Amino acid sequence: MINLHWLYILAGAVFAGFALGSARDAANAKRLGNVALWSLLAISFWFGDLIGDLGNGVLVLALVAIAGLHLLGRAAGETTSVEEREQLSERHGNKLFLPALIIPFTAFVGTLLFSYTPLKSIDLIDPKSVTLVLLGCGVLLALIVSYAWLKPPALSAIDEGSRLANSIGWAMVLPQMLASLGVIFAAAGLGTTIGALVGAIIPHGSVFLAVLLYGFGMVIFTMIMGNAFAAFPVMVAAIGIPILIHADGGNPAVIGAVGMLTGFCGTLMTPMAANFNIVPAALLELKSQYAVIRMQVATAIPLFIANILILYIAGFHL
Amino acid sequence: MIDYWPLLGIALVVIGFALRFNPLLVVAVAGIVTGLLGHMPFLKVLAILGHGFNENRYVSIIWIILPVIGLLERYGLQERARALIASIRGATTGRLLIVYLGLRQIISAFGLTSVFGPAQTVRPLLAPMALAAAEKEHGELDEETVERIKAMSAATDTVGLFFGEDIFLAVASILLIQAALAGFGIQLTPFQLSVWAIPSAICAFLIHGARLLLLDRRLRAGTKT
Repeated sequence: MINLHWLYILAGAVFAGFALGSARDAANAKRLGNVALWSLLAISFWFGDLIGDLGNGVLVLALVAIAGLHLLGRAAGETTSVEEREQLSERHGNKLFLPALIIPFTAFVGTLLFSYTPLKSIDLIDPKSVTLVLLGCGVLLALIVSYAWLKPPALSAIDEGSRLANSIGWAMVLPQMLASLGVIFAAAGLGTTIGALVGAIIPHGSVFLAVLLYGFGMVIFTMIMGNAFAAFPVMVAAIGIPILIHADGGNPAVIGAVGMLTGFCGTLMTPMAANFNIVPAALLELKSQYAVIRMQVATAIPLFIANILILYIAGFHL
Repeated sequence: MIDYWPLLGIALVVIGFALRFNPLLVVAVAGIVTGLLGHMPFLKVLAILGHGFNENRYVSIIWIILPVIGLLERYGLQERARALIASIRGATTGRLLIVYLGLRQIISAFGLTSVFGPAQTVRPLLAPMALAAAEKEHGELDEETVERIKAMSAATDTVGLFFGEDIFLAVASILLIQAALAGFGIQLTPFQLSVWAIPSAICAFLIHGARLLLLDRRLRAGTKT
């Protein structure tokens, strides 16, 4: 059965490719740092399960040292000029979209096929990671099609990939780092502490204030953890169950579902949710790493208010 | 007796991000300090950090897409996205992003959360198209407007994902809600929960959609904010 581990082998190869591409980029004076960063990630994907928790911990410290000591260089400029690109894009026309669309198309159609047709029962792909596996298939397919059609220089996928990777740099590792910070926060009992803090200030007698505190707690704790998943069980145990559901008789389905979505408003506003907020800023080469968050706040705040009203009205008055 | 010391770890993160230290460094230091304050020996903290990193490798799988995107960019993919949108009459930045928002919400509601995304669609297609639509209407854009439109493209992708995915029955967050409530003896089906994601999804579309129309208006007025 094809599962995540197959993808890890592919991803390790891609990161090794970024290392090779960075090494070839003579214009980057700090290229050794970039080579080290991508090599460590290739090691992590290929051998992460063999080197033990401590081995991985040391690997993480090495990654942090490379980024923290500013050993990374930016990528060299683009490999073709703007004029060349415009000419090339003119020549190839809208067919240029096809290889790019192969990836989402393969993921989309493949997921439907492997989830809702008899293909599901042949156990070819681990059901837990169907979309990611198919995304990987789409990437390979798109690469093959692009090479066959455009006939680029042999190593150009590696060079172009590492050009993008080095323009994003350390931000590519941040989401994974934050996920492991979440594991430490949980192990240190932070959830219990925050639950107790919130539990100590519960207002009695006012359903609306209790709803507000529940929603506010979800947002703040989500912003700290970068993820509503960590906040949800804590807030449900501290306020959702004892106050909103048991004492005030709220509808559990609403308290659960809309409570989580209220937390998502917090995810829109925190640098801790790096993969949604910091990485896109790096990917789009924005000047401020907080530019995307700033744009999201004005949606998140009215949406938070809307969710509080949904919680209050649908949870207690329908 | 509740131990409040590990909360210091959170404070470190906030201060570190605010002072703009390298985020990887901030996160690692905060993690280690939190662990030590939680009475764990250093080697145990290091092992937890490594274990967490290894278990969460799937978060970084998406980067396998970069070689394809880079290759196509070399042949003018972004330029093509611009040319396409310039040829569509009546296409404005706001309208384009609204269509994308709706599409992202609907496709996520079918559980296909990683079909679109910052690397898959926003950088190679959506952001160049949104910029081209604005340039077509308003001519050369100043740097601030370019940044604003790019950031709004990424924001639209995120809002669409967050407020679409929970309508799908088998998404991780719905399963987590179900499990958390079941722990307190409240049995609900995923369907009962995901239905209640719909009102928030509609609110998200209306609120963010309104902001996108405002963006169009602002571009027309040519005012900076």
